[in-house]
Amino acid sequence: MTDAVAVTSTRELRGVLHGLPGVDEVGAKARAARLGTRSIKNDTKAAAIDLAISMVDLTTLEGADTPGKVRALCVKAVRTAPGAPTVGAVCVYPDLVKVAVEALAGSGVGIASVATAFPAGRAPLEVKLADTRRAVADGATEIDMVIDRGAFLTGDYGRVFDEITAVKEACGEAHLKVILETGELATYDNVRRASWLAMLAGADFIKTSTGKIQPAATPPVVLVMLQAVRDFQAEHGRVVGVKPAGGIRTTKDALKLLVQVNEVAGPRWLDPRLFRIGASSLLNDLLMQREKLATGVYSGPDYFTLD
Amino acid sequence: MPKADKKNKKPKRTEGGPVRLSVRKTYKLFIGGAFPRSESGRSYVVHDADGAFLANASLASRKDVRDAVVAARKAFGPWAARTAYNRGQILYRIAEMLEGRRAQFVAELRATGRSAEAAGAEVDAAVDRWVWYAGWADKVAAVAGNPNAVAGPFLNISTPVPTGVVGVLAPEGSPLLGLASVLAPAIATGNTAVAVADSPLVAVTFAEVLATSDLPGGVVNILTGHRAELAPWLAGHMDVNALDLAGASAELAAECERAAASNLKRVLRPADEDWHADPGLRRLTAFLETRTVWHPVGV
Repeated sequence: MTDAVAVTSTRELRGVLHGLPGVDEVGAKARAARLGTRSIKNDTKAAAIDLAISMVDLTTLEGADTPGKVRALCVKAVRTAPGAPTVGAVCVYPDLVKVAVEALAGSGVGIASVATAFPAGRAPLEVKLADTRRAVADGATEIDMVIDRGAFLTGDYGRVFDEITAVKEACGEAHLKVILETGELATYDNVRRASWLAMLAGADFIKTSTGKIQPAATPPVVLVMLQAVRDFQAEHGRVVGVKPAGGIRTTKDALKLLVQVNEVAGPRWLDPRLFRIGASSLLNDLLMQREKLATGVYSGPDYFTLD
Repeated sequence: MPKADKKNKKPKRTEGGPVRLSVRKTYKLFIGGAFPRSESGRSYVVHDADGAFLANASLASRKDVRDAVVAARKAFGPWAARTAYNRGQILYRIAEMLEGRRAQFVAELRATGRSAEAAGAEVDAAVDRWVWYAGWADKVAAVAGNPNAVAGPFLNISTPVPTGVVGVLAPEGSPLLGLASVLAPAIATGNTAVAVADSPLVAVTFAEVLATSDLPGGVVNILTGHRAELAPWLAGHMDVNALDLAGASAELAAECERAAASNLKRVLRPADEDWHADPGLRRLTAFLETRTVWHPVGV
């Protein structure tokens, strides 16, 4: 990667990204709010809850994570509740991938690992690539990378592009989710540009946030990203997934997201292979609502595992 | 000074002059220290004893019960962790605030058909009830707890601890005193409560007293609406630990007790009570668990 290549592609990329139509901020907020008012009841709600469970990327990204905690999380990921599907994946830090691989062997649950100096992304490219290779070698099936927001905000699109392609190459067979950290991108126009940039560079998924920065996955941001994957598919034919993460805690939030997916991107994206929800406490609320639908009485947090 | 300000300063109701419009209170629910409308958007008309219109009150739904239980659960940990002495201070503060609003409560009770004398007596009794339970807050452990004699070198102590979230059906026919007599014993020991009120207007005004008494939000939640509609949801709720069925009819009490068995709630059955009489310790000790600690001594 020489500077010359980066400059040329920055120029080209700027042409493409700044040629995208601007986001109508008021319109995006209003549409997201309106889609959030849909009422989903009974059988539809039960089906939606099970779909949402299968889309959860059960996440633990704390400095205090231990192998024991990861194992407990993996058990919960596989046996969510009697009759309920398994979650989409378990998401951990790279050094705990081995533990998760062992605990999830044969379950079909994916193993996602954050990489590339998560959550800040402030490390030399060699370090980021080594981080990624190690996670993949340990058995991660999905890699959640963060983009260099500093480079993106200074307009150095080529650098961001090259980093993503390099990490994509390091991923090999593993799916690559690119975290845009929308809370640091300041505008919806930037969210749209970053989404396109990540998709052009080869992302399999675009993900809103690390969960460490507020605001995270707000409904309008998810809306803009769902529009981006839809338009990208129309133009380039490649189908890219979306993963909102951060601040999604209630079943209501999750169902609102599913409505958005259906209405904005299309029913094709109502699939754990193309839509994931990064969350930790959401799963308990989904299971609690599932229990309420099954038994007819409200359940309480005492009856679900702490995590 | 603009004209409008002058008018506001001296509201006059003169012949042919401007008539000041009445500013009516919106009676809402009391959940988590806030006054939301019912989630369902419903309301119902409240009449006075003569059948005349008094106000529209919020008609709580099962989802308001759900929200109230969530608020009560959230408030339980911190409230139970406070010192009993501090809880007593806050209960006394409730009595102080209630006393300060005496005239308002007398007026609201009179609208329910009571004489001025009876209304005054009920407010006084309610204030005294809060003071009485305020005093008990830091003394109940000495009465309901015990150092136990055990056959071994142990100091063995049993202490009462609160059970959790208490669902309360406020008694009928005693809007203020009855409400005080069921809420105070529940929260004095560190429980939090979700109450379905009997007389909506008095109950909501009383919630305003609670909201200004340093009582943390969510410790008491008050819902107005149909008892028979709300009680089964409260009784079946897996995150409610006890039920005070003071205001339930025999059939409703039986139904609630059956539903309460699902998670072994402590249930206080309705009894024919004279709310003006000495309450005793029945209610205060009804929602307590006993925790026993063994500590080795003399080794």
